[in-house]
Amino acid sequence: MSVKLKKEFKTADKEMRLTYNDTMVKLAKADERVVLLEADLMGSIKTSGFQKEFPERTINIGIMEQNMMGVAAGLNIRGLKPYIHSFAQFATRRAFDQLFLSLGYSQLNATIIGSDAGVTASHNGGTHMPFEDLGLVRLVPNMTVMEMSDPVMFENILTQLNEKDMLSYVRIVRKDTLGVYEEGSTFDIGKGVVLKEGNDATIVASGIMVASALKASEKLAEEGINVSVIDMFTIKPIDEALLHEYADKTKFILTCDNHNIIGGLGSAVLEALESHPVKVKRLGVKDRFGQVGPQDFLEKEYELTPDDIVKAVKENL
Amino acid sequence: MTEFAKRVRIEIVRMLVKRGFGHLGGSMSIVEALSVLYNNEMSIDPSNPDWEDRDYFVLSKGHAGPALYSTLALKGYFNKQLLLTLNEPHTKLPSHADRNQTPGVDMTTGSLGQGISAAAGIAKALKIQGKENRVYCMVGDGELNEGQVYEAIMFAKHHKLDNFVLMIDENKLQLDGFTRDICDQGDITRKIASFGLHTLCVNGHDEAAIKSAFDEARAIKGVPTCIVLDTIKAKGVEFLEGDSSNHHVRMDEEQKRVLLDLANKWEGELA
Repeated sequence: MSVKLKKEFKTADKEMRLTYNDTMVKLAKADERVVLLEADLMGSIKTSGFQKEFPERTINIGIMEQNMMGVAAGLNIRGLKPYIHSFAQFATRRAFDQLFLSLGYSQLNATIIGSDAGVTASHNGGTHMPFEDLGLVRLVPNMTVMEMSDPVMFENILTQLNEKDMLSYVRIVRKDTLGVYEEGSTFDIGKGVVLKEGNDATIVASGIMVASALKASEKLAEEGINVSVIDMFTIKPIDEALLHEYADKTKFILTCDNHNIIGGLGSAVLEALESHPVKVKRLGVKDRFGQVGPQDFLEKEYELTPDDIVKAVKENL
Repeated sequence: MTEFAKRVRIEIVRMLVKRGFGHLGGSMSIVEALSVLYNNEMSIDPSNPDWEDRDYFVLSKGHAGPALYSTLALKGYFNKQLLLTLNEPHTKLPSHADRNQTPGVDMTTGSLGQGISAAAGIAKALKIQGKENRVYCMVGDGELNEGQVYEAIMFAKHHKLDNFVLMIDENKLQLDGFTRDICDQGDITRKIASFGLHTLCVNGHDEAAIKSAFDEARAIKGVPTCIVLDTIKAKGVEFLEGDSSNHHVRMDEEQKRVLLDLANKWEGELA
């Protein structure tokens, strides 16, 4: 792991979907086992570049996510490496039994990319707004579950996954996101990243909530409250040792989920700390469905903003 | 009934009687198809189940595990003694087929509609890899209730998977009764043909007819073949044939005795 934080919060240089296409092209050039599977969302995830270079290794299967999971299983039986993409709720909820049995239970490997994490589904609204995907895939035994904080992390993780034989779920923002890491940063799957040290509280976040947690930490610092911030991008297996360390160091832990507070990162942190008494509070979507709207509206509506994080820290100090 | 089919049925009866219950009907109906697949059609090496150049078989109707296990044991994939461990704790032969447990089982199945997608995926991978291996998949007629089956059929057709042979075991019964009474599927052969697969219907208990159907499939280029097997659920066990509850049979002592007598009778005919 070698991480360098960006100095200011700006939109990342690249949309995450472009990172997906470009990284997959790079991987496919070096490894003829790489196969891309899509369910009629290539236009949305912008993988036409990959398709142009590797038409024989692009399977746009049509709007049939269940079949897509099974076909991926078959491809992996023959040693190919399937990368599956759909919007997060279709990549998980829509095809859950197929993901669970044809891949998980069958001990077959694939990388499943779920895009439009939580409120970033924005104008696609409630039918397309995944607040449950992490909870679902966490229930698949031995599955690795991750959420990407920015394109730099996404590229590094995709590259690492190609070297591994595992079934993994990678939750991403599809379009623009705030850049968190400098180009060239590298990460260890299963290890949380400590972004900031402070003794008053520890904020554990993933995805878009990492940048929000960092913003909140700056506001808190102005008021003399110093918090640690951890990017817990691997939600399963979660970095228990790091959580135990910060449970001992700080007064309480606040988790931040762009997801239902049931089943996501917050639940995973609570489970990891079940025999390690420390106060844990979960900030996230309070058992509600999604709805239509711009992302900034939705972040306010579901109380996910940096100000909400500041408030939650102060209330629990 | 051929000698091999008879041997498979003897093993199915004995393994199910040992446990006292099991999926008898749907196991008995596919015996002839398995016999032709494993004796004549597929390129296999029982001493090397993971041989890269083998042909693949996916039992999408995973509950017919006992028929597949008996066939695999008789072909030498594993010791026949193992058959009597069906469904025992830590057995290598679970009720539904499992690729991680049983030598020779190519895909884990049991949740209906899923095996066919994996089979089509194997066939697609072989095309990508420029290999000549063939893929065979057995789907039940009740299993056709699952929409995923049609997703996989459309996929196989669109991708011109002529290395893929879909078999449908039309034994006309599913767990709760006759398929026509539960969700009438009409003429299955015409239905599948309408998806553009080369489709034919043969007597699923006539090994010569099944063989010639496979020969026909090999000659067809550019589209997958579907062979609808007209079969009788629980074939060979007369008192259960036509019994609409023969999907999963829990035997009383009398039935166990009758079934074992039948197996012994078949064995006598072989000797």
